[in-house]
Amino acid sequence: MLQDKDRIFTNLYGHHDWRLKSAMSRGAWDGTKKLLEAGHEGVVDGVKASGLRGRGGAGFPTGLKWSFMPKEVGERPHYLVVNADESEPGTCKDREIMRHDPHIFIEGCLVAAFSMRANAVYIYIRGEYIREREHLQFAIDEAYEAKLIGKNNIHGWDCDIYVHHGAGAYICGEETALLESLEGKKGQPRLKPPFPANMGLYGCPTTVNNVESIAVTPTILRRGPEWFEGLGRPNNTGTKLFSISGHVNNPCNVEEELGVPFRELIERHAGGVRGGWDNLLAVIPGGSSVPCLPATVCDDLPMDFDTLRDLQSGLGTAAVIVMDKSTDMIKAIARLAYFYKHESCGQCTPCREGTGWMWRVLERMVRGESTYAEIDKLLDVSKEIEGHTICALGDAAAWPVQGLIRHFRPVIEARIDDYARRNASAAE
Amino acid sequence: MAARRLSKNQPDSFAFNAENLEWANATIAKYPEGRQASAVISLLWRAQEQEGWLSKPAIDAIAAQLDMPEIRVLEVATFYTMFNLEPVGEVFVQLCGTTPCWLRGADDLKAVCAKKIGPQSTVSADGKFSWLEVECLGSCANAPMVQIGKDYYEDLTAESFEKLLDDLAAGKDVKPGPQSDRVSSEPYGGLTSLTELEGTE
Repeated sequence: MLQDKDRIFTNLYGHHDWRLKSAMSRGAWDGTKKLLEAGHEGVVDGVKASGLRGRGGAGFPTGLKWSFMPKEVGERPHYLVVNADESEPGTCKDREIMRHDPHIFIEGCLVAAFSMRANAVYIYIRGEYIREREHLQFAIDEAYEAKLIGKNNIHGWDCDIYVHHGAGAYICGEETALLESLEGKKGQPRLKPPFPANMGLYGCPTTVNNVESIAVTPTILRRGPEWFEGLGRPNNTGTKLFSISGHVNNPCNVEEELGVPFRELIERHAGGVRGGWDNLLAVIPGGSSVPCLPATVCDDLPMDFDTLRDLQSGLGTAAVIVMDKSTDMIKAIARLAYFYKHESCGQCTPCREGTGWMWRVLERMVRGESTYAEIDKLLDVSKEIEGHTICALGDAAAWPVQGLIRHFRPVIEARIDDYARRNASAAE
Repeated sequence: MAARRLSKNQPDSFAFNAENLEWANATIAKYPEGRQASAVISLLWRAQEQEGWLSKPAIDAIAAQLDMPEIRVLEVATFYTMFNLEPVGEVFVQLCGTTPCWLRGADDLKAVCAKKIGPQSTVSADGKFSWLEVECLGSCANAPMVQIGKDYYEDLTAESFEKLLDDLAAGKDVKPGPQSDRVSSEPYGGLTSLTELEGTE
């Protein structure tokens, strides 16, 4: 189990003051200039050596992503854009960083911007997080005032940080949709290539990172990459914020080591499954986009990227949605299908039409108003959406449906049988 | 996709008040020269805050201010679901109904809204309340929850939510955040981490 001395987010719950003075007493902005003395490449190498994988869902190595930025600044300025559009159902971790520990995040922005030779950082925060935006802006103003950021700051790297907000669109958490939105357009994803590192914000080299990925970097560099690399499991290193929701006794956010066993995570921090461990039905381990897993695989389940991928699910944002045996699984997934229908940007036909189609079929399946053959058709259509759209929202809409059919097909069939039986007896 | 249309009833004109105009100009300055379109969401949002909802004259005025074609601003206004294209109640309840909140009783909260306020997206007779089911608001460890104005109200039950609406109707002060004894998203009944730091400052 992770010890408090190895926790990065020491004010996760806001039990302490979040402003500059208190944040500094907890270690923020401590020797930041020294971290930058490693040079642009040195910072990137440090993050690479730590094994940090992006905390926004995809798990792409952060240091490697930074290294894709051009090594010289040409005519086009470089930008760091931070994705604070936290909207993946189940996920509520970045919110806690921004409202309770904004200074380690701002420090991370400076360090990351320095590593990729950017002098401007845009933080794109979801529109609903209004109080969080106020805290963040207040903390940024404090940092300017103390000359920690801005032009001619004490760290020797000019860095302006701007807060930008959305207005309610899940799709803007997709990095190229986010850039479109930041440019003042509808949030419709761009085709890649060109990748943002080459053509991003305003056509300039840009890197988009999740809040948590950025916020952990100063501590990683301060304590040394080997410290971070020594936590967790090989290729799944370090600590991670888990958001635990659903049918547990004590839902919470908590920072734990990657690879922490699911059962330990739930029983130690979330007070266990409602009604006891044996009452567990299923879990969505990484936010709504990843396929659910049945209780049968949960007894000995390390929560990390590779293990969950091998089980045809994923760690995603580490948003753990727990469902006990009282849950109507079909309805739980139908509600997610509605979410994706609502949030599809409408650009690609398979997603725009397919998400609504899947939702309508699932709503009938909730009532049992379907056939066995239609389950296969639903699975088939989900595979026609998956991989056939510009961005991953199509995949994200298809995977929960596929997970439902993979693990809970007998439940759907029983519902169909039951409906047929009731209708037959009603007809008699 | 959500199909969203402008209201049939539109005011004749829109203009930012002096304070908001100054704020708008400062916001435009956050972006590089020639990239003023980046400020469009912020300006539309400010217009909505000023008027309570987003009207066609406001959309057109902001298009002119940012030197953007009106259709581009109209696209943005209809794409992003936080823009209210029809008037809403003075107390506008956005109720999260996505799976993590649904698992913990969002349907009970919907029933409270239906009972206390009326049908969804309809302003109550006194003009004071309206409600809307929205998608995940990112407060899942404090589910079920609603957003009213700028604040989140979390860890709700049908009873505590009913009381919250009653207090708002009576014009009483209400406490934002968890309506339980939690500060934020720590576990109920005592910390399981960060205990060594508790009480230090």
